[in-house]
Amino acid sequence: MINLTIDNQKVAIEEGSTILDAAQIVGAKIPTLCYLKEINVIGACRICMVEVQGARTFVPACVAPVAEGMVVRTNTPSVIKARKLVLELILSDHPMECLTCVRNQNCELQTLAEEFGISEIRFDGAKTEYPIDDSSPALIRDPRKCVLCRRCISVCTNVQTVQALAAENRGFDTLIAPAFNDKLADMECVQCGQCSLVCPTGAIVEKDDVDKVWAALADPKKHVLVQTAPATRVQLGEAVGAEPGSIFTGQMVAGLRRLGFDKVFDTDFTADLTILEEGNELLQRVTQGGTLPMITSCSPGWIKFCEHFYPDLLDHLSTCKSPQQMFGALAKTYYAKKEGVDPADIYSVSIMPCTAKKYECQRPEMFSSGYQDVDVVLTSRELGRMFKQAGLDCSNLPEEEYDAPLGISTGAGEIFGASGGVMEAALRTVYEVVTGQTLESVDFEVCRGLTGVKEATVQVGDLPVKVAITNGLGNARKVLDKIRAGEADYHFIEVMTCPGGCIGGGGSPIPTNTNIRLKRIDATYTEDERMVLRKSHENPAVTALYEEFLEKPLGHKSHKLLHTHYTPRGVNK
Amino acid sequence: MKSLDELAKIRENRREALKIREGIPSATEKAHVMMCGGAGCISSKCTDVVDAMKESLSKNGIADQVQIILTGCMGPCDMGPVAIVYPDATFYRRLKPKDAEAIVEEHIMKGNMVQRLLYRSPGAKEPTPKVDDIDLFAKQKKIVLRNNFYIDPTSIEDYIANNGYAALGKALVEMKPEGIIEEVKKSGLRGRGGAGFSSGMKWGFTANAKGTPKYVVCNGDEGDPGAFMDRSVLEGDPHSVIEGMAICGRAIGAEQGYIYVRAEYPLAIERLDYAIKKAREYGLLGNDIFGAGFNFDIEIRIGAGAFVCGEETALLKSIEGKRGEPRPRPPFPANAGVWGKPTVLNNVETWANIPEIILKGADWYAAIGTEKSKGTKIFALAGRINNTGIVEVPMGTTLREIVFEIGGGIPRKKQFKAVQTGGPSGGCIPAEHLDTPIDYESLGEIGSMMGSGGMIVMDEDTCMVDIAKFFLDFVVDESCGKCSPCRIGTKRMYEIIDRISNGEGREGDIELLIELANTIESTALCGLGQTAPNPVLSTIRYFRNEYEEHIKDKKCACNVCEFKE
Ligand SMILES: Cc1cc2nc3c(=O)[nH]c(=O)nc-3n(C[C@H](O)[C@H](O)[C@H](O)COP(=O)(O)O)c2cc1C
Ligand code: SF4
Ligand code: SF4
Ligand code: SF4
Ligand code: SF4
Ligand code: FES
Ligand code: FES
Repeated sequence: MINLTIDNQKVAIEEGSTILDAAQIVGAKIPTLCYLKEINVIGACRICMVEVQGARTFVPACVAPVAEGMVVRTNTPSVIKARKLVLELILSDHPMECLTCVRNQNCELQTLAEEFGISEIRFDGAKTEYPIDDSSPALIRDPRKCVLCRRCISVCTNVQTVQALAAENRGFDTLIAPAFNDKLADMECVQCGQCSLVCPTGAIVEKDDVDKVWAALADPKKHVLVQTAPATRVQLGEAVGAEPGSIFTGQMVAGLRRLGFDKVFDTDFTADLTILEEGNELLQRVTQGGTLPMITSCSPGWIKFCEHFYPDLLDHLSTCKSPQQMFGALAKTYYAKKEGVDPADIYSVSIMPCTAKKYECQRPEMFSSGYQDVDVVLTSRELGRMFKQAGLDCSNLPEEEYDAPLGISTGAGEIFGASGGVMEAALRTVYEVVTGQTLESVDFEVCRGLTGVKEATVQVGDLPVKVAITNGLGNARKVLDKIRAGEADYHFIEVMTCPGGCIGGGGSPIPTNTNIRLKRIDATYTEDERMVLRKSHENPAVTALYEEFLEKPLGHKSHKLLHTHYTPRGVNK
Repeated sequence: MKSLDELAKIRENRREALKIREGIPSATEKAHVMMCGGAGCISSKCTDVVDAMKESLSKNGIADQVQIILTGCMGPCDMGPVAIVYPDATFYRRLKPKDAEAIVEEHIMKGNMVQRLLYRSPGAKEPTPKVDDIDLFAKQKKIVLRNNFYIDPTSIEDYIANNGYAALGKALVEMKPEGIIEEVKKSGLRGRGGAGFSSGMKWGFTANAKGTPKYVVCNGDEGDPGAFMDRSVLEGDPHSVIEGMAICGRAIGAEQGYIYVRAEYPLAIERLDYAIKKAREYGLLGNDIFGAGFNFDIEIRIGAGAFVCGEETALLKSIEGKRGEPRPRPPFPANAGVWGKPTVLNNVETWANIPEIILKGADWYAAIGTEKSKGTKIFALAGRINNTGIVEVPMGTTLREIVFEIGGGIPRKKQFKAVQTGGPSGGCIPAEHLDTPIDYESLGEIGSMMGSGGMIVMDEDTCMVDIAKFFLDFVVDESCGKCSPCRIGTKRMYEIIDRISNGEGREGDIELLIELANTIESTALCGLGQTAPNPVLSTIRYFRNEYEEHIKDKKCACNVCEFKE
């Protein structure tokens, strides 16, 4: 333990901790900007400066380790003045566009300006002028709003290991951008949006498609339907101001109806369907000698990652489309026919915790109904904004139910939102289908939690099924490298692009951090427990779908509508 | 190299062959011509002189009795090309190819010095032929540049002849690692790369740090514009750096060294590369050096060129092949250097001191210099001064001695105004402080710093606002852009100074500059930002009236700044 004094308070803390950690113990709040716990600890912004007795300069609390006998002052007039000037400098190179900025009222820079009481900016010199990059269907980069904190670089490089972003040029001209200043759409960026989740400002944001949805809703000819991803119900509450971990299913459904959607459906339905298709695919591969391990394919960022960095392993991917795209394909075929609606008039909206889904719905493979299967994807953040625009106080709406049939689901579909959920759902079904016995407990605890790579062996009848579950692409890499090296004897691997799975997706409410992820995960399993049906193969609507339309898993129609193929893309440089 | 005896044998043999350079005439050789091959003399075409001289020697049939050797920079670059002809130790300057014939036929063949090519002190009627008598050199003390007059930088045996590798032998055979560190500590040697940290302490921290392997790194990035001290050492005496690093390797328990040299120094790289090969050949690098069971080798890393890559943490990143950007310290390189391993990083000039300290002892070294700054320091003189070039002087020499005695004062009878020390982020020191004995502390007290040893002299025609703007422009360009105070703050300072120098200065600008400067100094991440405001702060401190004139009267007394209409 290290003993030190902060603002005249004695504090003891473990060696290796920072001044910032220690200050938290004594309740001294030190402002930060570039710092992001566990992700970005680089001491770049210099907002967190404190006074340390005997030090030649001020010291950045976020990176400076504590030392025995250290005497720290966090709030002397001179240190406050210095921080304020640093912030004033940052603001002097910032477009003052809060009123028209997506991050208005949810921006760390803006909050700092307010907390510091910045009332004037005395510098009227040059400002960073780089063009906005809106090439990507998912994200927009506006370097003018970038404070060069490099959180995005850290998350993209260290967590996702995509390395799409880097610092270029130097000095005042420093730019955080795709290498060689490529457009985000034209390179290895997997559109996961983790960068937008950690960005403290409006410099990387989701592409806002809210107006497209308003336009469709306003069009009387359009039959506008919406699907909501599993994770959205444990996120939307936050997007409209509720506590993290709030379950918001019924309110969200009610809110969507009030917005004017003709039908409110649930991606959980096609999550259940995915389990039937994918579970059967797995059994087929195991029994007929297909490529193993088989890897899940519901996370579009992961698909793009594999296409770029592991094109040689594409055969390992399940051919199943993601639940979003299965839904899209069925909505404009099965549902259209059943409801007697012209698929040309259907406008299919999807609410996702994900930016990569915006990219996915535009892929050329995703037009199997004869139309673009999903017309537009809104992130949880965008739907939150729509609710606000509509003046809906969703928290106080009476809860409502999803529409049938594409809104009927089980707990297995629900847990798709958390890392390990797809695996757990698959195990619930595969076990019962293979053994013909009923599972005593449907809870596969080994699948759950935030651990980067989870492994388990589950006895299914005679077969010990070896599985692995990864979240965050850096963790996927570990397992993929094992496969490449021929050292992986798994049968089935679940890969989620984002840390924690979809509940921590790039389109989630901001902030999203480990703590909040854990709360959303808890909420997800609570929701699962509340469901009457918890196994995908028990979903009556899915059974009906097969009877009325698809005939059987992996059948001809399934093949056409629910399965896809992949494109090796490789790495540009 | 397996023993001290073996080294001694090479030394004695070679000394015998080089006696002529100690002034002892030789039976077989008529002369050794040490032609300066430093950058300055190369650019004033010393190689043409060499060619002409060779031609003349052949014509006269004595090519085999005269050696011509290209040395490292001898110092007085503005007089280049310069040469010393042994055994007389005659110093010639401003040589042209057409002078070669006279030197060969008159001096070398007949023993008549060529009067018109000799050095004359300012105002003196008679020339000073012998290099040791020349005032310019007499006031200097050569420890680091000890070999530049004498050895062929491409000859390891020349280096050995002048006691080269004897220190390494002593360290390996006669000393313990702790003893080496103790000796370096006691010598009082402080880093010559700028910060002036005790080298012995740095070695001690690294020796005690957890983690293996450990590394030894030489910082040869030398990014200060106009500085070429390190270059002169690397080009003129590469083995002195290699030997210093090997000694450190023994002291801290490292087997691998890296020398980081900027790509702009191709000759230094070539000389080093050759020297490393030779050292390996002689068993002075490699395995079981001096039979002491000590292995050490060195690799060269070529720098990407940015100024900030000279900052130690940036340099370490750059060695690893990453973008050279500073990171916060701690951890210091002593604990987490190259590849996160304990690393000693010292400057070229620091390294070149080590062999002399080990050989002659800490007490000898500590007797030179001031109380807190020991030994000598090389400075690069530039600007409005008669003798530009490099000089090595004992710490504690006053600025006046350097500028007026060694440097020969200000040309064209102009008045001295200020001298800027410490490179682009050093401060400008006015005449009232000329008698300051230079050391790390005293320069800091008067608002400047030792830095790596740049010294730019300004005369009465220099506008101090313009000068501050010039230096600021450099740091704005060279800021790596990682931390906000430096990236944006220096830019804002530049913009303010720019408007002042345009006649658009505003009331309060001086105070705003000071406020910015103080904050940047106390909040920037690395030394670049922390020192960047020095030129501005020091010129405001000593020449505030010039700023006020520019702002209030829209006047530049030196007629340097052009005001907008
Ligand atoms: C911006 C910047 C540039 C630097 N450039 C150099 C350089 O070119 N050469 C050098 O030896 N040290 C340079 N330094 C100092 C190094 O960081 C480091 O302190 C030094 O190399 C340590 O060696 P020493 O203890 O022998 O001086 C620079 C420091 C800063 C902040
Ligand atoms: S990024 Fe933040 S500070 Fe900048 S315009 Fe947007 S809300 Fe305002
Ligand atoms: S979307 Fe994902 S892959 Fe693309 S830049 Fe952001 S973090 Fe990197
Ligand atoms: S884009 Fe955002 S996260 Fe990335 S460096 Fe800029 S401000 Fe930081
Ligand atoms: S002080 Fe300047 S050079 Fe140093 S880290 Fe900050 S921006 Fe880079
Ligand atoms: S928060 Fe500490 S330097 Fe940015
Ligand atoms: S280069 Fe010849 S004296 Fe400096």
